[in-house]
Amino acid sequence: MNPENHAGESDGMLAMFFHFVLLSLMAVGGINTVLPDIQRYVVEANHWLTAKQFADSYALGQASPGPNVMYVTLVGWLIAGWAGALSVTVAMLVPTALLTLLVVRLNARAPDAPLGLAVRRGLAPITLGLILSSGWILVNSVNHDWRGYALTGVTALLVLRTRLNPLWLIAGGAVAGVAGIV
Amino acid sequence: MKRPEGDEPALPEPDPGASSGAVGLRIGPLALFLAFSEIAISGFGGTLAWSHRVLVERRRWLSQREFLESLALGQLLPGPNVANVAVMVGHRYAGYPGAAAALAGLTTVPFALMIIVALLYQRYGALPLAQQALTGMSAAAAGLVVATGLKMAAGLPRRWRPWLFAALAFAGVGVLRFPLFGVLGVLGPFAVALAWKEKR
Repeated sequence: MNPENHAGESDGMLAMFFHFVLLSLMAVGGINTVLPDIQRYVVEANHWLTAKQFADSYALGQASPGPNVMYVTLVGWLIAGWAGALSVTVAMLVPTALLTLLVVRLNARAPDAPLGLAVRRGLAPITLGLILSSGWILVNSVNHDWRGYALTGVTALLVLRTRLNPLWLIAGGAVAGVAGIV
Repeated sequence: MKRPEGDEPALPEPDPGASSGAVGLRIGPLALFLAFSEIAISGFGGTLAWSHRVLVERRRWLSQREFLESLALGQLLPGPNVANVAVMVGHRYAGYPGAAAALAGLTTVPFALMIIVALLYQRYGALPLAQQALTGMSAAAAGLVVATGLKMAAGLPRRWRPWLFAALAFAGVGVLRFPLFGVLGVLGPFAVALAWKEKR
């Protein structure tokens, strides 16, 4: 943890909580769309984590069972221990769950209703741009020479061309790292 | 943890308190909690695929069509898609307690595991070998995200407008690192309005 870490203080904690609430509500099209902004907030703006720590957290979250969003638990823990882990996780999960309940209660028509369709069609390209941003940011936080980019590229290709479980690909990355390839 | 299992015909597991396949099925919060715990624990790198396997194939709580409808709505709403599906399924069968139980099932064990991972990372993460492994894992994880993006890109219509929006979002958030709030606030309404007009 950084010595100049302020999120452990209650003010900082509350601000962090609400920031993550806001982010979760903007996570249209899945959780990877807000990765760039989480990284911006915890790494670039507040310097709570290094870019490497953030990328490590993401990779460890992917390698652990459970929804991908759970990497934020690790991010929260590194920022402020138990309080950080709990508040960030709750902030990412509970408000959107309540919103989902609200929509279900309002007896939402099928998402094929015209407005739902327009929202999905309209936002799809933006979601794409945001997911590619996430990939770009992760690539740049770890890959400092061509071999790192090559490993990222090969992994992407394997996902697209095979039906390998992503866990094997992460494990392959770990092996490549230990072997000194990247 | 992860069960080696192909796509053999689903055998509905004996499920306490639920007669599987029946219409008007009564599923309590505990059963929901357990089902979503199973999904969470099995779901290395792809909880959605396991939700389908558990909810549709094994437990037969949802038909294929119901699952896809829940998923479509879950993707439309903000937040983790699989968590939205959990809330919808939980609510459908056991109201608010069911929704809470499903979400708790999906997240409790993964939360505990992430804390263990965090402790290990803090203790051993700085070791050279761990650093090397983590660098490789991160490069691979970046590849997974890039692949998700490329899959989406393949499905985007070959017209200039969607690609313009994708490029603007990438440039704004990925390259220039503007806050998402601003980028989404500016691009989102335009994109949705244009998609709405186009349809009519």
